[in-house]
Amino acid sequence: MKKAVGKYSIGLLLLLILAYVSLFVGVSNLDLSAFSQSDSRDLEILLAVRLPRTVSIIIAGASLSLSGLLAQHITQNRFASPETMGTFAAGRLGLILSIFLFPGSAILSRSFFAFLFSLLGTFLFIKILDSIRLKNSMLVPVIGIIFGNIIQALGSYIAINQDIAQEVNAWFQGSFSSLHSQNFQLILVSLLALGFIILGSHYFAVLGLGRDIATDLGVSFEKIRLISIALIALASSAVLLTVGNIPFVGIVIPNLAAFLQGDHFQKNMGAVLLLGPIFLLFCDILARLIIAPYEIPVSIIVGVIGAGMFIFILLRGERA
Amino acid sequence: MIEVKNLNKNFKSKKIIQDLSLTIQENQLTSLIGPNGAGKSTLLNMIGRLCPYDSGQILIDGIEVEGWESTELAKKLSIMKQSNPLGLQISVRELMAFGRFPHSKGRLTKQDQEIIDESLDYLSLSDLQDKKITELSGGQLQRAFIGMVICQDTKYILLDEPLNNLDINHSIGIMNLLRRLVDEKGKTVVVVMHDINYASQFSDRIIAMKDGKLFANDDANDVFQKDIVDDLFDIDVEIIEYNLRKYCIYYGNDCEECLNNTEDVKTFHQATN
Repeated sequence: MKKAVGKYSIGLLLLLILAYVSLFVGVSNLDLSAFSQSDSRDLEILLAVRLPRTVSIIIAGASLSLSGLLAQHITQNRFASPETMGTFAAGRLGLILSIFLFPGSAILSRSFFAFLFSLLGTFLFIKILDSIRLKNSMLVPVIGIIFGNIIQALGSYIAINQDIAQEVNAWFQGSFSSLHSQNFQLILVSLLALGFIILGSHYFAVLGLGRDIATDLGVSFEKIRLISIALIALASSAVLLTVGNIPFVGIVIPNLAAFLQGDHFQKNMGAVLLLGPIFLLFCDILARLIIAPYEIPVSIIVGVIGAGMFIFILLRGERA
Repeated sequence: MIEVKNLNKNFKSKKIIQDLSLTIQENQLTSLIGPNGAGKSTLLNMIGRLCPYDSGQILIDGIEVEGWESTELAKKLSIMKQSNPLGLQISVRELMAFGRFPHSKGRLTKQDQEIIDESLDYLSLSDLQDKKITELSGGQLQRAFIGMVICQDTKYILLDEPLNNLDINHSIGIMNLLRRLVDEKGKTVVVVMHDINYASQFSDRIIAMKDGKLFANDDANDVFQKDIVDDLFDIDVEIIEYNLRKYCIYYGNDCEECLNNTEDVKTFHQATN
């Protein structure tokens, strides 16, 4: 118990340090002492750009990794995540359809459309998995990626056909660089999903034991799974719409937590809520430093580091 | 008491259970035996509400399975299926703690922790409590899952082939444990079994099923008769008595070829010597 507290305090300390660095890394150097002046340009930069960015990174990291952890428990598969279950691809399709069907519609209704589609897409994927009754863990992400790519292709076809491909691509390039105090609020919606996941964590833990044991323990597997899918869709579509597509976090971070301390949902929940933001903050700081004063989309950095970690997990998974 | 009345279950066009009626008495160890495809596991799963039935009734303490509130039923009846393909890396203690879920919804109280401690002790698993279940041997894993069931603390315990893949030592260990659950804790245990000798040695009652129908339901001793076992499995067995216990010999007793083979082996050995 003491050891666990120690681990969490180290994680929290690391998170705070990275968040601090994240706030003060950028093209213009911020001067802390200048904040006391009310018309300070530094304070304005901090509040308008840096703070929304850092907050978004932390929320995105937490949302993606906790969604991934939940996805892995409801499918009892190590490689499930919003990106390998078609959640992202379906959300993207939803947004494309809303741009094409209701041009000029408000951002809120578009977001709702994206959420609805990511929910339906994930649900469809889960139903496909049910009908196949797979035992082989590797096949689950493979089918998910094929499923996601089909939806992705459908979305791209519509986007190109309707001449909105550029607009769509701009939406989904995973990057925090264009966030500011006027456009980052949507990501706060995923806090709601995170809250519900934490509140219901004891139920989600039981789902990880599979349908039979969950039923034996008096838990309605179907009902709780449907709620989980809705929460995953809500958290990931909010991130998708605000930040764009950030790969691997949903798979790699929960697996890192599992590698460190086993598969207990409630135990790992705390771990991924720290590790996800730490990982994403680190990647974002790198993205801003490598070719400063310019910056690389964070999704590229995450992709490079994440892919390496993913290969490690795959090799480890083969053994298990 | 578990009552099954005129139960039917079809899988596509195949009849799995046909007009089955039986009762399972409380505070006894009941074994379900019968050839493959007789519907034993299906029956167990239907009683344990893991699988719906087409028509008929299953009453648990007078209330139909589907009528039970799921959490209340989870405090009354637990079921454990044969192979648990859990790849989860959780500790023995964490697994057993899940058994307390129907009682405390995952927020373990001090009393829950005490029950888990007692169960660990009861199963001699205390030393292994922090070990991951993926690192356990077959016998230890089976005991850990039974530990979860013990923590669930239900009156009825249904187990589907708990001796699967266990060696003789562990099989006897598990059967003795089930016996203790009945004798010391007053549980009602229903087990699907393949080895009829284990069934006869350890159970109070035996329910035999064949082709989805009830074949026999009686005291273990009364079901364990040559004509019943012969008909049930379509083989020719011999029941022998030794130290006041009955044993079923089910191979090699009337097989001409086998006898010839043993002769062959003898002559082979003589020739090589």
